[in-house]
Amino acid sequence: MTAVAPPRATAPAAPATGTAARRPGRHGVNRRGPWLAIVYWVTIAITLVPIVYMIVYSFNDAPTNRLSFAWNGFTTYWYANLVNVSGLGQAFVTSVVIAFLAAIISVAIGLPLALALERYRFPGRGAVNAVVFADIAAPSIVVGSASLSFFLSVGLGTGFLTILLTHVAFDVAYVVVVLRARIAGTSRALEEAAGDLGATPLQAFRLVTLPLLAPGMLAAGLLALAMSIDDYVITSFVAGPSVTFPLFVYGAAKAGMPPQVLCFGTLVFAVGLLVALLNGALNRRLARTRG
Amino acid sequence: MSPRPDLVRGLTSARVSRRGFLAGGGAAAVAALLAGCSIKGSAASLAEHPVDWERFWKDQQATKQLNFANWPLYIDSDHGKSESIQLFERATGISVDYQAVIQDNATFYATVSPILRAQGATGYDLVVMTNGFELTQMIKNGFVCELDHSRLPNFAANAGDSVKDPTYDPGNKHSVVWQTGFTGIAYNPKYIDREITSFQDLLDPAFRGRVGLMSDNTELGSLGLLANGIAPETSTPADWRTAQDWLRKLRPSVTGFYDQSYINKLENGDTWITQAWSGDVFQAQQSGFEHLQFVTPEEGQMMWHDNLMIPRQAANPVSALEWMDFYYTPKIAGIVEDYVNYVCPVPAAEDYVRDELDDPTVADSPLVFPSSEVLDKSHEFRVFENYDEYSEWNGIFNAVVQS
Amino acid sequence: MSAVGTAGTAGLGAGPGPAPVRHGRRLRVPFLLAVVGTAYLAVFFVIPLVSGLIVSLMSGNPDDGYTFTWNWGIYGSLFIDPQVPYLTFLGRSLWYGAAATVVTIIVGYPVAYFIAFRVSPRWKNPLLMLVFVSFLVSFVIRTDMWAFVLASQGPVVTALQAIGLAGKDFHILGTGGAVIFGDAYNDLAFMVLPIYAALERIDPRLGEAANDLYAGKVRAFWHTTLPLSRSGIFAGVLLVFIDSVGDPVNSALLGGTNTYTIGQAIQDAYSGNQQYNVAAALSTVLMVVLGIILFIYARVSGTDDLEDLV
Repeated sequence: MTAVAPPRATAPAAPATGTAARRPGRHGVNRRGPWLAIVYWVTIAITLVPIVYMIVYSFNDAPTNRLSFAWNGFTTYWYANLVNVSGLGQAFVTSVVIAFLAAIISVAIGLPLALALERYRFPGRGAVNAVVFADIAAPSIVVGSASLSFFLSVGLGTGFLTILLTHVAFDVAYVVVVLRARIAGTSRALEEAAGDLGATPLQAFRLVTLPLLAPGMLAAGLLALAMSIDDYVITSFVAGPSVTFPLFVYGAAKAGMPPQVLCFGTLVFAVGLLVALLNGALNRRLARTRG
Repeated sequence: MSPRPDLVRGLTSARVSRRGFLAGGGAAAVAALLAGCSIKGSAASLAEHPVDWERFWKDQQATKQLNFANWPLYIDSDHGKSESIQLFERATGISVDYQAVIQDNATFYATVSPILRAQGATGYDLVVMTNGFELTQMIKNGFVCELDHSRLPNFAANAGDSVKDPTYDPGNKHSVVWQTGFTGIAYNPKYIDREITSFQDLLDPAFRGRVGLMSDNTELGSLGLLANGIAPETSTPADWRTAQDWLRKLRPSVTGFYDQSYINKLENGDTWITQAWSGDVFQAQQSGFEHLQFVTPEEGQMMWHDNLMIPRQAANPVSALEWMDFYYTPKIAGIVEDYVNYVCPVPAAEDYVRDELDDPTVADSPLVFPSSEVLDKSHEFRVFENYDEYSEWNGIFNAVVQS
Repeated sequence: MSAVGTAGTAGLGAGPGPAPVRHGRRLRVPFLLAVVGTAYLAVFFVIPLVSGLIVSLMSGNPDDGYTFTWNWGIYGSLFIDPQVPYLTFLGRSLWYGAAATVVTIIVGYPVAYFIAFRVSPRWKNPLLMLVFVSFLVSFVIRTDMWAFVLASQGPVVTALQAIGLAGKDFHILGTGGAVIFGDAYNDLAFMVLPIYAALERIDPRLGEAANDLYAGKVRAFWHTTLPLSRSGIFAGVLLVFIDSVGDPVNSALLGGTNTYTIGQAIQDAYSGNQQYNVAAALSTVLMVVLGIILFIYARVSGTDDLEDLV
């Protein structure tokens, strides 16, 4: 989940935001009431309610092996027996594998496409643009249903392969959008300089462009990974006998969720949070050392 | 008030360029190409792949793995560990992957049938399905293996008469019963003071917005028929419409049409009274919800059999047979029954449950080891002649669920 | 999730823009670059959409198979005097989508505004990330947890009943409100991010200028900040609306008998009844309806290239 904030619009002497609001206006009191802050924090709190529930109930004992309201006592049994639920571990691994593969493939396919769209004007560019846009805008249910219709028509059996194919199909669009933004912000001057210094276009690409775009590719890959690992609707159509983590959870939500599902969710949340915090701390340290 | 000129311009200016037109033409060409496509049906698939079953079983090797797909709450379980499975693993050395992924016959059938139609492997060696249209289709379309009864001596010795040679699978050629069960009404006395005795009680205005029904069309329709005094086995399409009208009358009181999750809603208090499967309610009673009650309404209840079957292209069919044979003993069936509380296909298990497991509540329960009285009030699902009949039934009761 | 990352204006150091390609050798490069991606999207995105239309025109059943028969009548049978009121479901879904969009704007705009204008730069990214942190948990788990929280025996209902705001029969789950809430909850971040990106691009001195010209706080906001953030709102509306209209999960987990949506209908047509042609037809209709809405929306918002919003 990356926030690709755009580069700030050119505002040469603009002070850091906040000062404008803090300066008292000449006409009327510029009261900076607490309301916005309250709205923000209340919203965040509401956002986190189900997460808190999940964490708390992952420690709830459940004699019937199904999640229930009643608080049956604190236990770490479910964490100790994380893979006791048949199919849950498998589903999780399947999801992770597909997500990684989809991310890698979609970046590999999406990078050249993004370069072509952003840097060149060629016949058909508008149409390709439109297709990429449609891919992002299309509702998952339509894409899933259409993909299944397609696989049925051509006789391709649904399963791991079809999940991967459809995931790459929607990941490519997100990758292209992210990479186009990064490419647009990358100067061609460096590549041209490489050319001046005797590099062939391929060498320039490999030694200059790719390293420049590496952070963008990572961001795009992470986005693709996130979209793929959490996809339910499209996967539900094309999964066949394969089970991914969201599919497993949805089935469990109907039948009675084994607490281990919540444990998985909590662990993933904790790891993700840790990574994000480390990333933030690292960035801040780098920014500081760079001065 | 004249329209804003820019709006008018925006809405009316032509946007289709020559390029767009060409692109559209290309798409049409592709469409024409695809027009030749079709989706193969089950009947065609069967005709193309006949099997010699004796040969088949002779060629099979024993393996060390079993992939068992079942319904939730359908095997003994203590914090996720199953004693019966553990005993099996110890006795045979076969490692069991038990997945409670089946929630609804129609949905499960819709998931596996395309794979089986394409001669693919579902990934399961054992599946459990209720007698009904989908099960009949599985057999008719050749989606399940014929069993080798020479390897099922325990079945021959211990199976009760009511589960041998059922009408939907003569000679048990393709299936053996896992559990038999009843569909009746369950309710929560904490919210409902009086005794519930009839399907008509569901219409009570006091229960408005607290009634649960099943989304399974076969169950739903059968409830509607029973409520109107009609036996589902012999019902006609006109009867179905009567049932539909009655269900429509009930609909404003209904909170939702649930699959397996109906029991959660009853436990949570979202529903106070619901269509229910007998064993689920007994299990709920044993796990913190002792107050819940299961009732056989005076109009009758549905009785069904859930059956173990081996899908085609199973990777470990010999292991599947081994489980079937292992299960059909008083001890193992008893262990499972003591937890699951449905109707045991092994009558001798009753003594096991009473003596070895020391559980007279279950052993004496008429709904687990039913008396002839209970069996008299029980009805079977309607058997559909063909797909069109089933489609008609579905159409009628779908219209109740989806509106 | 979208990355609203188009460079608004070419800042210092950005490239000179796309190189117009004339004929000959230079045409090869972009084509070579674009061919794999375009082909992939053509085969696995565009053609399936056509395939959906084709399957919708097939007749048959799972037993006998489906054959292509140009059965346009299916569309009539589904929407004109049908057994099952698909039109109602479609209308209901559009309503849920619109309501969820409005809710996300009402909640998301202040959140984005707060981060953009009331927070020092050091904390902007962390606070923005906080909005997204719930995405670390699978959305199915999150929605199912809401089903627990909002259940009749859950904390919310019991609290409301305790303070007397709700009667004994009060319930949240099973209502359209619950479904709209779920949709809005799951899509909030998709509204916050584009609005934030748009607000970030606004020069705060414009607000000062408005004040200098005797505009009060509210008028300054209404006439300067809000119009400038329009593109962000429009992008967010696009994402949230489309996502909510087709979503089957919130209505399945949080809804009840009268909240059945077109997304659920499409899923059930496949998974319950194996009516491939019905499911494909419903899906195609949904796509066309959304396409028309998008079209009108684009014209009204006056954008020639809708892609620029993304």
